Amino acid sequence: MELIKPSFGLIFWMLIGFGILFFILAKFAWPVITNGIASRNKKIQDQLDDAARVHAELENMHLKHEEMMAEAKAERDAILAEARRVSEKLYEDAKQKAEKETQLMLDEAKKSIYYEKMKAITDVKNEIANFSIDIAERVIEHELSDREAQEKLIEEWVDNCKLN
Amino acid sequence: MNYNKLHILLTGVVLVLCLIGNPTFASATKEDKGFEAGPFIIEHVTDSYGWHICGDGDKSVTIPLPIILLDQGKLVCFSSGKLHHGEAAYKGYAMGWGDQKGSIVKMADDYTGRLEEGKSYVVDHVCKINISITKNVCALFISLILIAWIFLSVAKQYKRRPDQAPKGLQGLVEPVIVFLQEEVINPSLGNRAEKYTPYLLTLFFFILLNNMLGIIPIFPGGANLTGNIAVTGILALITFFITNISAKKEYWVDIFNTPGVPWWLKLPIPIMPFVEVIGIFTKPFVLMVRLFANITAGHIIVLGFISLIFIFGQMSPTIGYLVSPVSILFYIFMGVLELLVAFIQAFVFTLLSAIYIGTATEEHEEDIELA
Repeated sequence: MELIKPSFGLIFWMLIGFGILFFILAKFAWPVITNGIASRNKKIQDQLDDAARVHAELENMHLKHEEMMAEAKAERDAILAEARRVSEKLYEDAKQKAEKETQLMLDEAKKSIYYEKMKAITDVKNEIANFSIDIAERVIEHELSDREAQEKLIEEWVDNCKLN
Repeated sequence: MNYNKLHILLTGVVLVLCLIGNPTFASATKEDKGFEAGPFIIEHVTDSYGWHICGDGDKSVTIPLPIILLDQGKLVCFSSGKLHHGEAAYKGYAMGWGDQKGSIVKMADDYTGRLEEGKSYVVDHVCKINISITKNVCALFISLILIAWIFLSVAKQYKRRPDQAPKGLQGLVEPVIVFLQEEVINPSLGNRAEKYTPYLLTLFFFILLNNMLGIIPIFPGGANLTGNIAVTGILALITFFITNISAKKEYWVDIFNTPGVPWWLKLPIPIMPFVEVIGIFTKPFVLMVRLFANITAGHIIVLGFISLIFIFGQMSPTIGYLVSPVSILFYIFMGVLELLVAFIQAFVFTLLSAIYIGTATEEHEEDIELA
């Protein structure tokens, strides 16, 4: 019977004790603890979210970076190709120009050679003419003496005077 | 190898010596009546005016606790040591016997002195207002100080190191608090959780700590506080009052005009409302009995196993020694089981309290939408 008979004293102290405990904990412990846990949970969640955001940003930046790299590569290739083209063109132009100039110089040379030749030929002709006149003078001088000798002489002169 | 042989030999010698000389059982068994398991067990699970530490009979070591009485408008205080475990009276006050066992009685003449066995004494009246610091009240105070100290220091840690990883005590209690909040309080109470969280957390830790202190066999544990009907009754009563005071209109409608029940169960003879009204009281009653019975039963079984040693020891010391390992093995098993029960009962009490308060304060969804 004693086991299931509540005693007045224990009820009394239990009410007071549990009441005081409840008020102390409800005022000084539970709000601090639950708010502390909630605040930490929020902080952790925020940081996780932040991390996810930063990760996404990083990924984005990485993509951008790759894009930029690809762009830069393409640009470099384009620039190189352009440079090669330009250099080839320059080379080609220079070559053509040089060829043209050479040709021009050759033509000039040919022309001048031709003129010189012509001049020389003219000179030779003139010389020949002079020689002829000389010969003629001499023939005319010798004509009077011997016919045979005359011919021989002319032949000799002609032989001596070789053109070119 | 040599060591093992020596070890076995020594153990054998010690065992034989133990069997020859039996000092323990001689003192454990009383000369007159012998060992009685029933009173021994009841004495250990009920309240007492002193805190028994060890020893038996006159040689026992007991912490005397103050007896406080409000007798006929007069405050009377004295140490329980003066009553000599009920074998003496002090200024007319003595521990009740027979039907008055457990209470303090006032005798006809202010008798002081030993109460002789076999002699009859005239009892004037039983002191009704007895607020003595008994073993359970003392254990209650110890547990209150312990709980307040634990949670105030934990709260201080939260204040001092906000948003930091939990450390020490904080790490021990935080998972439990979070579990209670997320698995018990929030699912049962929804948006009203914040208001009732302090009560439910206090309730849980009060029951848990006292359950665990009750398992410890020596001071400051060992008091069967949560196995005391007054304590569980007060806890259940608080839940009962919170439930019914904070109850919304829907709760009372559900009780007196239960929806979905045929009208003839309500109108001429209100069977259904009657059953529901009884339910209001049975719920906390069951809370009270469940905790009390679970904890007390655990202690009774443990004490039963311990008693076995002495019962067999009384028959023959040899049998007593043979039984004791088995008893101790069962005691350890029961101790572990009681530890589990300590958690389960604290959890169940809190869960059911949360559910009762939750259903009482629940508002129908359309009302919330209208508000």
